[in-house]
Amino acid sequence: MDEILKILEKDGRQTPEEIAAQLQLPVRQVAKKIAEYEKKKVIIRYKAVINDELVPQEGDARALIEVKVRPQKDKGFDGVAEKIYRFPEVVSCMLLSGTYDLLVEVTGNNIHSISNFVSQKLSQIENVQGTVTHFILKKYKENGDFFTVTSKDERLPVSA
Amino acid sequence: MKAAMNRKIKKAYPLPKLSSVAEQMPPSGIRLFFDLVLTMDDVISLGVGEPDFNTPWHISQYAIEKIETGFTTYTSNSGLMELREAITDNVRKTYGLSYDPVREILITVGVSEAYDLALRALINPGDEILVHEPCYVSYKPLISLAGGSPRVVSTRKENGFKVLPKDLASNCSRRSKAFVFNYPCNPTGVTYSKKELEALASVIREKNLFVISDEIYHHLSFDHPHISFPILDGFKERCLYLNGFSKGYAMTGWRIGFACGPSPLIALMTKIHQYTMLCASVMGQYAAIEALKNGSEDTVEMKNEYFRRRNYIVKKLNDIGLSCHVPGGAFYVFPEIPACFSSDLEFANQLLKEERVAVVPGSAFGRDCSRHIRISYAYSVDKLKAASERIERFIKRHQG
Ligand SMILES: Cc1ncc(COP(=O)(O)O)c(C=O)c1O
Repeated sequence: MDEILKILEKDGRQTPEEIAAQLQLPVRQVAKKIAEYEKKKVIIRYKAVINDELVPQEGDARALIEVKVRPQKDKGFDGVAEKIYRFPEVVSCMLLSGTYDLLVEVTGNNIHSISNFVSQKLSQIENVQGTVTHFILKKYKENGDFFTVTSKDERLPVSA
Repeated sequence: MKAAMNRKIKKAYPLPKLSSVAEQMPPSGIRLFFDLVLTMDDVISLGVGEPDFNTPWHISQYAIEKIETGFTTYTSNSGLMELREAITDNVRKTYGLSYDPVREILITVGVSEAYDLALRALINPGDEILVHEPCYVSYKPLISLAGGSPRVVSTRKENGFKVLPKDLASNCSRRSKAFVFNYPCNPTGVTYSKKELEALASVIREKNLFVISDEIYHHLSFDHPHISFPILDGFKERCLYLNGFSKGYAMTGWRIGFACGPSPLIALMTKIHQYTMLCASVMGQYAAIEALKNGSEDTVEMKNEYFRRRNYIVKKLNDIGLSCHVPGGAFYVFPEIPACFSSDLEFANQLLKEERVAVVPGSAFGRDCSRHIRISYAYSVDKLKAASERIERFIKRHQG
């Protein structure tokens, strides 16, 4: 992956000037590259990574749902997947190898609303053959960020 | 009765006069500053001399498994054979040098111990040891402690802080026995090309000096591959090669280093080590084995990150009025302070008080360094950015 993307993937707030300095490139070239990535939706958007373990909201339940799907003739899994991921309750959806087909992450106000979503919406979709729902109890790490331990700098402030 | 006893305890035995050699050692410049920093809150410190990365997890994991399976004993004085063999392999692959793991390698408690042992095994009363300045804070005091006299070869900003062959030559006397050399250098980040090293090597041969080469930052050479001193013609016999795991593998707390060199010297060092240390910690030694066997990708990844930070901080510092050359390695910059400050100490103290940024005064690293400070970039770009904004504000205020 391009070094510019690697830097932005870790810290989306770095400016073209800062990135240019690190990569020893002209600022204009970096700015142009970033604009291109944004235009082509290589960079979809910028957002903050929030540790929701620290801001526990009432009415915030999450579940991972294994979904077994009968593939359709032309579209394979894509058609069913789209029907699933279009629901606003679905925050991520992936096709996997292995014993089931789609892994779907869902949010809801509580366990009941998620259960309702699964029974009334998800499992009603044509070609969905079965689901297994796992409620998320605690998040330790996501996308490389720790959610449970705070990474304090343990080093002595001045050393040889 | 109780009161009487207390009085007795208070009139306690006075300590005898302590070692005057130890008492006369100057306190480390870093130590003094450190005590001050500790009293303050909200300080962004650019004073750290160790990586900000954690030890790669597979390395820690391997050591944990060893502890869990009962490997918690002393090892051979020289260190685990498996580690010495891994070092032999690694040095052969990297530099094409072959050291005998039985007679030519000693595992130590960091490069710190290896350096101390080398001096104690080399020095006779009256011997002079050449060191370049600025240099790592331990070099000179330990020479004195071992009974030698340090003799300084100054390096200057105009020459990018490189040791010049003519300066090395002109500082040699009949009593000069060895030259302590460190590159990539703490605190300047200086690295050397093969040609520059060969020019120094020929002076060293001519003056018949021995070399202690501290290459602990060898993984962190950014602009060309690091060239190890003992690969130069005739220098496997004439050089003690010191290296360790602290910097390149982010393993400072494990305390493992090593020395490779001529067997009579290694044998003497091992004799002292056997009485003073017995051996380096076994967990650390196992971690080091894993580092050598499976850690090379980690070192490259960390190096790439330091490289980007170096580019960032050098540009930033030059922009805000702290002029510096581009250091070729390690993770330090050694900029010159603006003319409106009277000294490095004034700069560092005021900066700490006014803007809560800690940097190390240059004079901690040498007597001619009072117009410089050391800035470490073992910090995220985010931190570097925040710190340089504070420094910029500080300089602007003082330049009026
Ligand atoms: C040049 C140099 N040599 C040696 C050391 C000590 O390293 P170790 O952790 O291996 O004792 C350091 C640490 O800062 C250093 O900068």
